[in-house]
Amino acid sequence: MSLALERLWTALLDTLLMVGVASALALMLGLPIAVILVVSGRGDLFPNPGINRILGWVVNLFRSIPFLILMVALIPFTRWIVGTTYGVWAAVVPLTLAATPFFARIAEVSLREVDKGLTEAAQAMGFHRWHIVWHVLLPEARPGIVSGFTITLVTMINASAMAGAIGAGGLGDLAYRYGYQRFDMQVMFIVIVVLVALVTLLQFFGDKLARRLNHR
Amino acid sequence: MVSLIVPDEHVVAHAAVKNSDNLHVKIEGVSKRYQEHKVDALRNVRLNINRGEIFGIIGRSGAGKSTLIRCLNRLENPTDGRIVIGGIDISTLSTRQLVRWRRSTGMIFQHFNLLSAKTVRENIELPLKVAGVPSVIRAQKVDELLSLVGLEDRQHAWPAQLSGGQKQRVGIARALVHDPELLLCDEATSALDPETTRAILALLKKINQQRHITVVLITHEMDVVHDLCHNVAVIEQGEIIEQGPVWQVYGDPQQETTRKLLNPNHQSVPESVAVCLSANRQHRDDRLLVRLRYTGRGAYPDIGALGVQVPGKITLIYSEIEWVGGRPTGQLLILLDVQHQANTVPTQLVNIADKLEILGYVAGP
Repeated sequence: MSLALERLWTALLDTLLMVGVASALALMLGLPIAVILVVSGRGDLFPNPGINRILGWVVNLFRSIPFLILMVALIPFTRWIVGTTYGVWAAVVPLTLAATPFFARIAEVSLREVDKGLTEAAQAMGFHRWHIVWHVLLPEARPGIVSGFTITLVTMINASAMAGAIGAGGLGDLAYRYGYQRFDMQVMFIVIVVLVALVTLLQFFGDKLARRLNHR
Repeated sequence: MVSLIVPDEHVVAHAAVKNSDNLHVKIEGVSKRYQEHKVDALRNVRLNINRGEIFGIIGRSGAGKSTLIRCLNRLENPTDGRIVIGGIDISTLSTRQLVRWRRSTGMIFQHFNLLSAKTVRENIELPLKVAGVPSVIRAQKVDELLSLVGLEDRQHAWPAQLSGGQKQRVGIARALVHDPELLLCDEATSALDPETTRAILALLKKINQQRHITVVLITHEMDVVHDLCHNVAVIEQGEIIEQGPVWQVYGDPQQETTRKLLNPNHQSVPESVAVCLSANRQHRDDRLLVRLRYTGRGAYPDIGALGVQVPGKITLIYSEIEWVGGRPTGQLLILLDVQHQANTVPTQLVNIADKLEILGYVAGP
């Protein structure tokens, strides 16, 4: 394998690793946040206006900071978590913290769109509240959550390019270094093709899965 | 939709037995006030619903009927008053007790409220699953209910693949999984076409009879009350304005709203007759138009007796009789012979109808 191809392959793996780990963490953390945001509102299943307001505020805070700035601001935190501020794993921390609130808001919308009549029917049938979350809200919102997760993945591929700035590697870094700094248009072009292919594939399979899960 | 079931003595007697005193649901002075609205959704509602009966609550949209039925399983909590169901004051139940108690009450909805992500079978099974029923028993129960509602062959379909009537059948099966004593129907047929409505009503009737479940339904459709209910209450602006056996409320409504909701036609005189109607006899050949009203109180529209007992020519102008709970309700408009006058109406007519009204004289032959 030529050196350029090898670099491209490593960069692709780095991107997939960063995005994959960060998105998986975002899914695990963001979904509970979305559920809490939905069920803790006034008159909802577990009304708790205090938690609702604080959580909403924290999510908004992280959502409002541009990723590049978030990444720099989080450097001390990243060092504390992974022991370094450089490399793929160092990029996972800010990516996760950006992806989680992003995904939480999208999942929240899907959960809110579940017909109130279904919650009511479940209550009338003698479901406990957590049954309603588990058997009604989450399954009914699943197609929307899958679509939202696809959007999160694509957005994170975008953001991971910036992570190159802290030496995280990945496709964005490769394109920046070769394309911008060395003005090697060929490498930049190849990276763009790979990115387009990656996003297209993700979107295709994401849509397919969402359609498959949607029985409405 | 006029359903003509020719009654016999047996049916009437049976209907009377149903009214035996066996109280199931007692609504005592229930009021509901929403903070955001100024007017009360319910005002001092008092109703007694007997075990095993089908009780209808009819009213226009916004009259408060939906709030009322939702108070019966505490989807809404009354601001005032008490609801006692099967001897239990349901307002005293804790959240945990309420969840268990609700399993003894089924509910079906206008928009079915089926889970789109679960198949027909899974939809019916889920309430049992969350109640911790073992899967063998769950499977038996679901099979039994699928056959009751006639959906065995669609059990693995998704709700979105079903027709409205089939969806409501799933809703009914799902409502019956815990063998409830009380079934609440929230506008259960309002989203269905007339033919499907009839089929669903027949199913509800079958369930009421076979399983002795008390059914409380709310509706704005008079046909539902007419075809299905034993007793009915009319609700208007949060108040019960009239209640009683369906034949009575239907046959002889006391309130204007009831009249409009239940039998918009029973008051009318056909247009073609109305134009040639006058209060006094204008001509020797003018004939007296009388209305024989049937309110279900015992008189039968016996045409034979009419011909025998009232001398002279009799012409039937208009007839509108519906059998409600085995009793005739409605009206006959007849023209009497020229020999009869308003002040000398034959006394025999009084026994042939529940009420006799003299409408005036009609000119011509």
